[in-house]
Amino acid sequence: MFRIDRRLLANMDWLLAGVVILISAAGISTIFSATRPLFGGTQPDYYIKQIYWLIMGLGALTVVVSIDYKWFHRAANALYGGGLLLLVVVLVAGRVGMGAQRWLSIGPFNIQPSEFFKLVYLMALARFLSMDSESLDWRSLGKGFGALVLPPLLLVLVQPDLGTSIVLLLLFVGLALAKGIKKRVALLLAAILIVSVPFLGTLAWDNLKGYQKDRITAFINPEADSGGMGYHVRQSKVAVGSGGLFGKGYLKGTQGPFRFLPEKHTDFVFAVFAEERGFFGSMVLLFLYMTLLLRGLGAARLAKDDFARYLCLGIVYLFAIQLFVNMGMTMGLAPIVGLPLPFMSYGGSAMLTNCMAVGLLMGVRARRFELFF
Amino acid sequence: MRNPETRIRLVSAAIVLMLMALGARLWELQVVRGEQFTKQSFVNRLRIEHVPAPRGIIYDRRGNPLVKNAPFYSVALAPQLMPEADLEAIADFLGMELAEVGGIVQRHRNAIEPVRLRGGLRFDEVAFIEARTSDFPALVIDVDETRHYPYGDTVAHVVGYLGKLGPEQIRKKDFRDVPRQSFIGQWGVEKMYDSHLRGKPGRRVFEADAVGRKLRLISEDLAQHGNDLYLSIDLDLQRAAVEAFRGRAGALVALKPDTGEVLALISRPSFDPNLFSRGIDTGNWLRLVNHQGYPLLNRALQTNAPPGSTFKLITAITALEEKVLTPNTTMIANGVVAKGPWRYRCWKRSGHGKVDLRKSLVESCDVYYYKAGELTGINAIARTARKFHFGRESGLNLVKEKKGLIPDSEWKKRVKKEPWYLGETYNASIGQGFVLTTPIQLAKMTSWVSNGGYAYDLTLIRAEEPPEPFEKIDVSPETLDVIKEAMRGVVADEKGTGRNAMSKIVEIAGKTGTAQVVRLREDESRSFDEIPYNLRDHAWFIAFAPLEEPEIALAVYVEHGGGGGAVAAPIAKVAIEQYMRSLESHVQN
Repeated sequence: MFRIDRRLLANMDWLLAGVVILISAAGISTIFSATRPLFGGTQPDYYIKQIYWLIMGLGALTVVVSIDYKWFHRAANALYGGGLLLLVVVLVAGRVGMGAQRWLSIGPFNIQPSEFFKLVYLMALARFLSMDSESLDWRSLGKGFGALVLPPLLLVLVQPDLGTSIVLLLLFVGLALAKGIKKRVALLLAAILIVSVPFLGTLAWDNLKGYQKDRITAFINPEADSGGMGYHVRQSKVAVGSGGLFGKGYLKGTQGPFRFLPEKHTDFVFAVFAEERGFFGSMVLLFLYMTLLLRGLGAARLAKDDFARYLCLGIVYLFAIQLFVNMGMTMGLAPIVGLPLPFMSYGGSAMLTNCMAVGLLMGVRARRFELFF
Repeated sequence: MRNPETRIRLVSAAIVLMLMALGARLWELQVVRGEQFTKQSFVNRLRIEHVPAPRGIIYDRRGNPLVKNAPFYSVALAPQLMPEADLEAIADFLGMELAEVGGIVQRHRNAIEPVRLRGGLRFDEVAFIEARTSDFPALVIDVDETRHYPYGDTVAHVVGYLGKLGPEQIRKKDFRDVPRQSFIGQWGVEKMYDSHLRGKPGRRVFEADAVGRKLRLISEDLAQHGNDLYLSIDLDLQRAAVEAFRGRAGALVALKPDTGEVLALISRPSFDPNLFSRGIDTGNWLRLVNHQGYPLLNRALQTNAPPGSTFKLITAITALEEKVLTPNTTMIANGVVAKGPWRYRCWKRSGHGKVDLRKSLVESCDVYYYKAGELTGINAIARTARKFHFGRESGLNLVKEKKGLIPDSEWKKRVKKEPWYLGETYNASIGQGFVLTTPIQLAKMTSWVSNGGYAYDLTLIRAEEPPEPFEKIDVSPETLDVIKEAMRGVVADEKGTGRNAMSKIVEIAGKTGTAQVVRLREDESRSFDEIPYNLRDHAWFIAFAPLEEPEIALAVYVEHGGGGGAVAAPIAKVAIEQYMRSLESHVQN
């Protein structure tokens, strides 16, 4: 299954790799700034750990690129089963942190299986959707949802991890739309959705945890709750806004180190970046992300088969959802849902997962001229 | 996938659109509103701390402090940590009700400064809380200053008290520099001279993190100590006089005749100003407001009462100045004057016999003044009274004063829509009927009679150099000499009504007054104890000493106290003797 030849190297998407390294470098430098101590004290080693994670991520990327995606196609169901098993294990033996059971300790590492699960989930979805070229009808839609979406959705909700469950659901919806849904089915589904929103909304609201409710209320009306979650939204907007056109300059931001921002090196890393680099810096970053996403879509377009196409599309969705939700949250456009910013936020599991995802994109692109054997 | 090109292009378009939306939001936040957020991010981490300015000390005329500053500890909640604080544990730790803590937090949800939970902590309580700051990071100890009045209610009506800056005061220009939570003078001298006493609070600006930990001092304005104040009050005199009241209600005002300084100002019952220093609680407040004796009323300035026979000074001066009588004019007083169907009696039913002006004052003969009043007429008496500033405020500005009432025929016509009757002149001539005065007005009259008719502005502040009188009262010195000699007789003569004021250490001159609250029926004769309290006579005594170059002039008022000679004169004697003694010891020192 490993095969790297000259042609593969020649068709490698070095641009995509370059963009990933650039964004990660911006992330690492921002993590350094966000966690720097004020007036003496030692620099926490978050940024060093993130460098290690990036190196490991690039290693993982190389491994994934060297594997022919057809192997993933064949192994998709087995991998999916393994991923689901890990999600069960995390519920039974996982480590509780910040009110949720998300982490699994393996030696010195704490990994977050739900991050890696997203990839095998996308593989299983891509395999399922590429089985035929018909638009989805009731049967196939129900089968896909019941067999592939519902089990992990429930397992993740129990942790509880609202962010990941939303991502899983959106990935399925986005890919199903890409494949096409029969008109009748689509219309009926839309109607059912509209009618049931109030009921589902109430049901969901009643089952949310207190802090989750706070986040949503704070998003809808941040001024009403200036002390709690609304405070975070406001401080995040202050951080972004105070960057101005050119930014306060690297290591000159105050909102992060002065602890006005929560999760300054993880979920709110972009606020720290925007404060120090300003509008121009942020636009450069947005441009890098755009390159990443469009290159990913390019891989989808060039893909030789439907499995690869759906896989690439799903990966682009995955990046895009996290990007928009995270940036939207830092700028007060979306509720505070704990989704990291790909390649920027501190976090090993996410970095490894995202690198592997890019590896998949690059692998598909590199193998676009291969013939089927 | 069918039409992958189209579908992927659609997705590309959607992604580019959403990126543009993010870019537009960045433009809005960073460029359009950038300046506003930059300012916020700066202010965000500045913490301004007010350093209270020590308030000026108020001393009496001899340098005894009437008030001291004392530290006031309170425990407060850091607003940034409020959302996460475990209120239940905090309430439990501080021994407060959860509902109370919750209420305070609810009211100050948007606070920037620490929110006070409980004030007036003892030192051991402070130590106890500080020892556990790691368990309760949201709690901070606040140190402020408060006032302690060591003499309690003795000088309360003069010194006054502090209170919270009121909502309508916050808007006023005078209080622009005063931090919101401050206590400022709200009564008495503390209020009148607040801007002199209060000083200027300092300000420390810190750079602080979101939890409120101070990281670096950026700038500091030192607090400016308030100015001290020396009152004209003589604490020893004030205390001795309060003692002499022995729990009775009333007032005493003592003036220094050659300066207009107020040496003592007493109103009984009084209150403890320490209750107010940090905000009075509802229970204590209701107790004061509903007290039968109205302790918050300053009787020296806020009591309108008939002056009784002390007012005979005014009638006598009028008669002499109008030349309807001479000091030697005698009358036969047989205890009653009849006018038509009415009988106007003397307090001494048997009468005083042959009476001249001196004897009329010494023995306080009513009939003599009925006749004197009839000769001068009410309007001449009223004119003289106004010369001595009856019927107007004292100018002390300590509280909202009562003005008293000096009636004349024009007043009667205007207010009562009736002509003036002779019987009313009789009553007014002996300080009864419509005539009303305040204790401070009588003290002024006494002072100005004693010093030969020089009116000085009244002041509560110690005079550092002798002031100029602002007015010479239009009464001849000869008249005043006659009055003063008669006042000497009131105390010194065997038959004088004020013999209880006779002193071995100084020659006191005075005049008694016993003001009827209700007129007894002719045949009625009840002993003092039988009369209900609020129908008993008011006791008055006005006095000055020594006779030549007087050092002190005063008026004593004992509310429903009975006879002026019996009740008020002894208080005057105690006060004057105390003052003469402290004068002497002060000169020796």
